[in-house]
Parts: sequence; structure tokens; C-alpha cells
Amino acid sequence: MCKKENENFPCAADRRSFLNRLSLALAGLVGAAMSLPPIAYVLSPLLSKPRRKWRDVGGLGEFPIGETKLVKFQDATSTAWAGNTAMTGAWLRRIGEDQFIAFSVNCRHLGCPVRWVNDAKLFMCPCHGGVYYEDGAVAAGPPPEALARYPVRVVDGKVEVETSPIPLTTNDLV
Amino acid sequence: MKLIKSILGWLDDRSGFSDVVMPMLRHVVPDNARWWYVFGSATLCAFAVQVISGIALATTYVPGGEAAYESLLYITNEAPLGNLLRGMHYYGATAMVVLAIIHMTQVFLHAAYKYPRELNWMSGVVLLFVVLGMSFTGQLLRWDANGVWSVTVAAEMAGRAPLVGPVIAHAILGGETVGGSTLTRFFAIHVFVLPGLIFAGVGLHLWLVLRHGISEMPKVDEPVNPATYKEEYEARLEKTGVPFWPIAAWRDAVFSIVVMALIIGCALFFGPPALGTAPDPSDINANPMPDWYFWWYFAILSMLPPQLETFVILGLPVVGLLGLIVVPMFSNKGDRAPSRRPWAVGTVVFGFTALVVLTIYGYKKPWSPDFGVKPLPASLVASSDPAIIHGAELVHQKGCMYCHEVDGYGGHRGPGLSDIGQRLTQPELIIRINNGGYNMPSFAASLTAAELTDMVAFLETRSSSSVRKGSAPSGSHVTE
Ligand code: FES
Repeated sequence: MCKKENENFPCAADRRSFLNRLSLALAGLVGAAMSLPPIAYVLSPLLSKPRRKWRDVGGLGEFPIGETKLVKFQDATSTAWAGNTAMTGAWLRRIGEDQFIAFSVNCRHLGCPVRWVNDAKLFMCPCHGGVYYEDGAVAAGPPPEALARYPVRVVDGKVEVETSPIPLTTNDLV
Repeated sequence: MKLIKSILGWLDDRSGFSDVVMPMLRHVVPDNARWWYVFGSATLCAFAVQVISGIALATTYVPGGEAAYESLLYITNEAPLGNLLRGMHYYGATAMVVLAIIHMTQVFLHAAYKYPRELNWMSGVVLLFVVLGMSFTGQLLRWDANGVWSVTVAAEMAGRAPLVGPVIAHAILGGETVGGSTLTRFFAIHVFVLPGLIFAGVGLHLWLVLRHGISEMPKVDEPVNPATYKEEYEARLEKTGVPFWPIAAWRDAVFSIVVMALIIGCALFFGPPALGTAPDPSDINANPMPDWYFWWYFAILSMLPPQLETFVILGLPVVGLLGLIVVPMFSNKGDRAPSRRPWAVGTVVFGFTALVVLTIYGYKKPWSPDFGVKPLPASLVASSDPAIIHGAELVHQKGCMYCHEVDGYGGHRGPGLSDIGQRLTQPELIIRINNGGYNMPSFAASLTAAELTDMVAFLETRSSSSVRKGSAPSGSHVTE
């Protein structure tokens, strides 16, 4: 039989185990209530994808046919304090009257910025020595895939590039 | 005087300091540990430096997009003592990583992780990884071009994971690209999440030290037998143990002073790591490079065959963590003396050799094209033939020398060309340049026939005899 340790000490075993369970359940509930909203908040950037935007990168006249130029434009993000961290670059090449290719500057290996070496007609990556041909195909080094391309269009004599997520090897979004 | 004494006495009585804390400080430790055991407390000392200097820096640092860089410039160049504090925080981090690794190596070599201290080891391993997480996130808070690209690389690495890759990558970036929400998450992780884990981990780690006592120096004739270990340990301590405070603790204090002096000394004399250019992801002239703790990993990533890469990027940290954690599960009894554990000693020697070699390799980055390479001086070209001189110019201009070295000029990604004239014939050179080769692009499309002829003419002059002849007037270049 249950020995009474003091007057208030619950004696019945089932009462004890009930209180035990009740406290654990309530504590779990309190824990969930305080942590779920913050967790959801932290993960929210995953749920709300910013709408892609077309960014003006210059007039048609600025891009001689056959030349590959670095253009800079703002991401789709809308945080006011991002400043220059919201900028993105692309290697833009005019290949026809109003035809363009925009290569992402991100190396397909691990994302470092590739540089266009005009005399060699190659894109080269400073990080682990990835090299791409003029058309973005892998020429040497560790990159597993060709350079990603951004959509480009010409509107009223203006060249526009569409913002895109950073190309990852596992998301062929671009 | 009397008043102060009585206040202190009151505090002591009500708080229980003498009753609770003093016995902990005075717990009995083996007397033969001596200088071997100062590394753990020194790691803790370095952590304290990080907490204090970190709080001070956080009073000025602005964790937001563009402002972060501005605030870093202010801390470095204008704020009184700002430069010193950044230096302390950087060298404190260095000290913490180095000391934690030394501490762990010592524990491993002396097999102090065996019964009953398995959990001490495991908590230590987790702490080490959290500390590495601190170094990585800390490097990012130095939010310059390097910081931005380091985040990108981290996201790309995580993005390699099957299925969940993109989700994790976007969680790291705080969106689909680097932007306003990127830095703030790393700030929160660096100043709240990871330090919280370290506090908890250190608490557990220290509690376990008290619970199981400090291990003795390993002796060949004292293998660990879990059935009798505790009794034997108690009995030996009874005979020869000394109270930690103050008999053993003075060595920890002395060593911590040395560590402090080194941290402040380095901060004063070398200063904090220089800030790079502004954090602009559209600035393609960045040359991202991790801080030195990760150079070995950087080297591994650069040298791996691409097929293995994803497995290593994702697997190495996990395997490393689990592999270290399970060490005491596989050997928690038996010999502790290094002389009886050749495999353990071998592992340490091999591990450190690999670490040092890879770190040096990671620093030298022979796989990276050398974009800054200078044209070959006339003395090295050593010819008056206009075709050859033009060929030498082309070798520079067309980017060959980004990857190939000619007499001390150029990168190291590909084989050197200093004696290429001896190794390849004219037709072989033409084929190689036109078609490319293993890890070499084809240049057929970017060279005219005349350019190719001149380039080959120049390369044919490269032989070991021409090196001697050509470099004689300016010998210093060869060794550069
Ligand atoms: S990131 Fe370009 S080669 Fe690795």
C-alpha cells in the first residue's frame, strides 16, 4: 500500500500517474505554442517565393553584336535594407539584332563568380578552376553542368533580364 | 573592513558558495596530470574572450545588407579600439579552434575517453563541431565580397542534397538569392543559437568532469577495466590526489595567461583580417576563399573527381561527426598508454599530416587560374624572331598562362610549359591546343591559323636549355 509521506502527498497511484501525464502534456503544449510560430517564421522565406521581375539592363545600342558584357541588376527581393547585396550580375551577349544570351555569373560547381576572358573566349572560375566555353558548356574543371542562362527580352529598344533564383545543381529552375 | 567581511559572509551563507561551489573547485584530481591538462581550460578561456569581445562588437555592428559593411569599416578604421577588438575576436576564434583540437588530440592519445568518460568525449566532439560552425558563421559576418560568396558556396553545397537540397539552400540564403535576409540569419545563428549551444555543451562537459573526475596519465600497467575502474581510481586518488584548487589550477591560469597574451599580441601586431571589397554579388572580381580553418576542406573539394564530390560535400561532415562520436563505443576499455595503441598514434600522425598538407595546398590553390599573371619579359622569351615574340604575347593574352607556368610566370592548374618544346612535337602541340585535353579547353575556335602557328613557334623554343639561356640575365624570376 501507498505510504503517506505527508498530508498533501497524493497517495493513490493512479492520481499520481494522471498528474504526471497531465503535466508532461501541458508542458509539451506550452513548448509547441512558444516554438512553432517562431520556427514557421524563420522558414517563411521558403514558402513565399518572390515574383520574378524583368530588369532593364541597358539600351540595345550599348551591346554590340558578338560582345559579352557584364550587366548588373537587382534581384526580385524586396527588402529595403538589402542595398548592394540584392544585386546580381549576368554575362550578356548579343548574338543577333534582338537576340541575346544572358549567362548567370554563378559557376555551376559551387557558385563562385565566373569571369569572361575575352581573348580566350572562355568563362573561368577562380575557385576551383572551372572553365566554360563561349556557349557556356563545360570546358574543364569540376563543374557538372553548363552555365545557367537567364531569360532575356528586348522591349522598346531596352534589354531586359528576368530575375531568377541562384542556380543550384539540384534545381533546374533556370 | 569589518562591514565588507560581514556582507561577504552573509552572501556566502545565503548563496551557498562555500557549501556548493568550493567543494567543486577543490575536487580531488590526480597529481600527475600537470601541463598535459591545461588545454581544456584554455579553450574555455578563449571562449570567454569570444563572448566578451563579441558583445562589444555587437554594440556597433549592424547586421543588415549594406550597412554591415559600413559598420565594419567604421569599427576597423574609426571606432576607438575597434581594430583591436576585431583582432581579438579573430585570434580568439583561431585560439579556440586550435586549442579545442589540441585538447581533443591529447584526450585521444591518452585514451581519456574510455570508461567512464565516454560522454565527456561525445559532448566534446559536438562542441568542436559547434565551434567550427561559429568560425564559419563568423567569417560570414565579416560581410564583404568574400562573405557574400562564402554564403553562396555554402548554399550550393547544401543544394547538392537530393530532394531537400533546394529547400536547405534557400533556408541558408533566406530566399532564392543572397539579399537582405541572408546576413541577419547568420547573425542570429552566430550570436544566439550557437553560443547557446556552446554554453549548454560546456556546462554538460564540465559537469561530467566533476562527476567522473579528471583522468590520470595513462600507465602501461593500468588498463581500464569497467568492472573495477571506479574503485581503483578512487583508491589511487585517495593516496596521491590533490585538490584542483589551488594545487592544480595554477597551471591552467598560467597557460591561459599565455593564450591571452598571444591573442592580444596577434591582435595588436597583425591586426584583424582585412576587409575585402563591398558585398556586391554582381561584382565578379571576387576571389572567394574560406578562412584558414577550412583550407583543407577547400583543397579536398578542388581535387576530388566530380563524381565523388556530392558524396564528400554532404557526407564528410556527417561521417566526421558520427565517426568521432562513436570512438568510445568501439573502445571503452583496455589499454590507455599510447605505446600500446599504435593505431591511435598512427591515426593522429596521419590525420595531422593530411591536415597540414591539405591546408598548405588549400592556401596555394594550384587549381585556381592565376588571373593576375604578368606577360613574359623579353629576357625569358629570348628571341628576336617576330613570330616567336608574338607567340609569347599570345600565350599570355589567350589565357594559357592562367593555368600553365612558363619559367616562374603563370598558374599551376595545368602542366608547366617551361620545357614543352622538348616534350611535345610541333604537330602534337597543334593538336593539343586545337582539341584541348584532359581538363584543358579546346582553343580551336578562339585562335586563327596564324596565331596558332606563332604560338606553337614560341612553345617549341621552350626547352630546359632555353630556360638556362633565357633566364640568365634575370635569374630571380625563375624562383619567384
Ligand atoms: S565554384 Fe567554380 S570551379 Fe568550383
